[in-house]
Amino acid sequence: MLERRPPVSTQDRDVIIRVRGVEVGFGDRTILKGLDLDVYRGEILGFVGASGQGKSVLTRAILGLVPKRAGTIEVLGENLDGLSPSERRMMERHWGVLFQQGALFSALTVKQNVQVPMREHLNLSERLLDELAMLKIEMVGLNPDAADKLPSELSGGMIKRAALARALALDPDIVFLDEPTSGLDPIGAGDFDELIATLQRTLGLTVFMVTHDLDSLYTVCDRIAALGDGKILAEGTIEAMLASDHPWLRSYFHGKRARSVMAGGA
Amino acid sequence: MAQSTLAQEPEVTIERAGNKVTAALAGYWTAEHARKVEALVGEIAAEADRSNLILDLKGVKRLDTLGAWVLDRTRHELGEKGLASDFVNASQEQHILLNEVAYRGFQEQPQVRRSRFVDFLVDVGQTVTGAGSDLVRGVAFLGELVSAFIRVVLNPRRFRGTAVINQLEQIAYRGVPIIVLISFLVGAIVAQQGIFQLVKFGATPFVVDLIGILVMRELGVLLTSIMVAGRSGSAFTAEIGSMKMREEIDALRVMGLDPIEVLILPRILALIIGLPLLTFIASIAALLGGGVTAWIYGDISPDVFLTRLKASIAFNTFMVGIIKAPFMAMIIGIIATLEGLAVQGSAESLGRHVTSSVVKAIFMVIVLDGLFAMFFAAIRY
Repeated sequence: MLERRPPVSTQDRDVIIRVRGVEVGFGDRTILKGLDLDVYRGEILGFVGASGQGKSVLTRAILGLVPKRAGTIEVLGENLDGLSPSERRMMERHWGVLFQQGALFSALTVKQNVQVPMREHLNLSERLLDELAMLKIEMVGLNPDAADKLPSELSGGMIKRAALARALALDPDIVFLDEPTSGLDPIGAGDFDELIATLQRTLGLTVFMVTHDLDSLYTVCDRIAALGDGKILAEGTIEAMLASDHPWLRSYFHGKRARSVMAGGA
Repeated sequence: MAQSTLAQEPEVTIERAGNKVTAALAGYWTAEHARKVEALVGEIAAEADRSNLILDLKGVKRLDTLGAWVLDRTRHELGEKGLASDFVNASQEQHILLNEVAYRGFQEQPQVRRSRFVDFLVDVGQTVTGAGSDLVRGVAFLGELVSAFIRVVLNPRRFRGTAVINQLEQIAYRGVPIIVLISFLVGAIVAQQGIFQLVKFGATPFVVDLIGILVMRELGVLLTSIMVAGRSGSAFTAEIGSMKMREEIDALRVMGLDPIEVLILPRILALIIGLPLLTFIASIAALLGGGVTAWIYGDISPDVFLTRLKASIAFNTFMVGIIKAPFMAMIIGIIATLEGLAVQGSAESLGRHVTSSVVKAIFMVIVLDGLFAMFFAAIRY
């Protein structure tokens, strides 16, 4: 199990994602009702909430994949609504996304998948393109011979790793992970958590992680934000979460499964 | 993102002291400046020829994996020439990054060299055996289909009437407008050309015979089959293929449901019912198109047209066309489902199989039509 890093003090840290009063809905159903959230540079933020509460919706709203009805989202100090298309393209180089199902391009090999963003955004020589793609593939713990495989030939864990390699292709500042450990066996999930922590340290990443995995929350997340009723119910360290007396948080962090994780981790 | 572009460029200052070269790096050694980074590193390597190198990272504002990789690769390449090089003044983060990215060779996958001629022969051989196995699979599948049909007949509770009706709506009902339109136009075009050619022999009225026999025997069923192969055959392949990709077919199997009974039989039954109906409608539309053109271009009034039509075609003319329709339906359905079941994991494979489903179905429809023409000629029907 990983050593937990000491929590960094909240002062003198710059906010990398600032979400203010965001409202998102579909039809006459409002999912996010004026949500506020700060993500600080260099932290791993775990984002929890019951299914259907809109965790993925918030991620997609930040990424601009679903329209919001109100509120502002600032990433790296820039209001996303005020960006011109070219500034928007610049912004997209600063984040990488790991989708829940990987979303690898099924017609391309793993290596070609990793090279897609590099080819689009960077002016690299063929040699560097190959070397960097292989480097990223190795950094996420895949065997070099996986590089020439198609996504349909990979196992679930390998797909997640390959998708992470693609998300890291441009050395982003922020990585969005949508349930990175779902569908992995506990050992694979533990390895993946460790991988995220290692990469976060070496590349200085900010990680925004939507997860249900209590192990991940305990071992790698610096801070946790809990979503409920369209708002942030609570945010803070795991200790703060445990101390909270909100009923949903209590049942989430003090439920049967949580107790067994705590017993195992302590 | 606010810094001026000048400050973001990677820079290097090279100093030589004795047999030691110090390269002081500055600025942004990141992927955005990949070409510049490579060029600068080339300069450093050239300068460091025959002397030991010190890479001073003091002024580096930002280093990413690309910068670290290129620097460490240079260090490694110099090392192979027997030259020592070292990083100094690296910050803690840069140190971690340099260690993580440490140079390693990635060996190329060996490319197997083959001659073009052999490749060509292999291609031809594969195509021939592929066509043969397609035929075998088609016949085997027909057998499965018939046995599934018999099972359903023996146990009518397993018959999926709703699915058949739903498919009939998709295949026949929703296909009517486009098929009517196309048949009407083709009928009109054939009639117009017929009139232009026949008028030279003073035989304009025979255009009615031409239209009547051609449409009833061949054009109606052929046009309909080709349209259905394009419209519904492709849809079958895509539906079944994407269900196969997402393991839905396997899910049916493990629930004790037979995919052929549940998915394929209703579709093929709907095709077999729908195609003759569409053929009839298409023939009527083509006759209408021909009639309108004959009226406009050939001065053949609707009364005359109908009287001549009655004289020129018999019931068997109509039957020749309509008998072929269920066979066309069968072959379109079998090809579409077989291609759908052959889909592998990727979206590209789905696209390839949908294409080949339509191409094969249209080809087989025309071949089958030719075989029927020979058959009817032989029995003088």
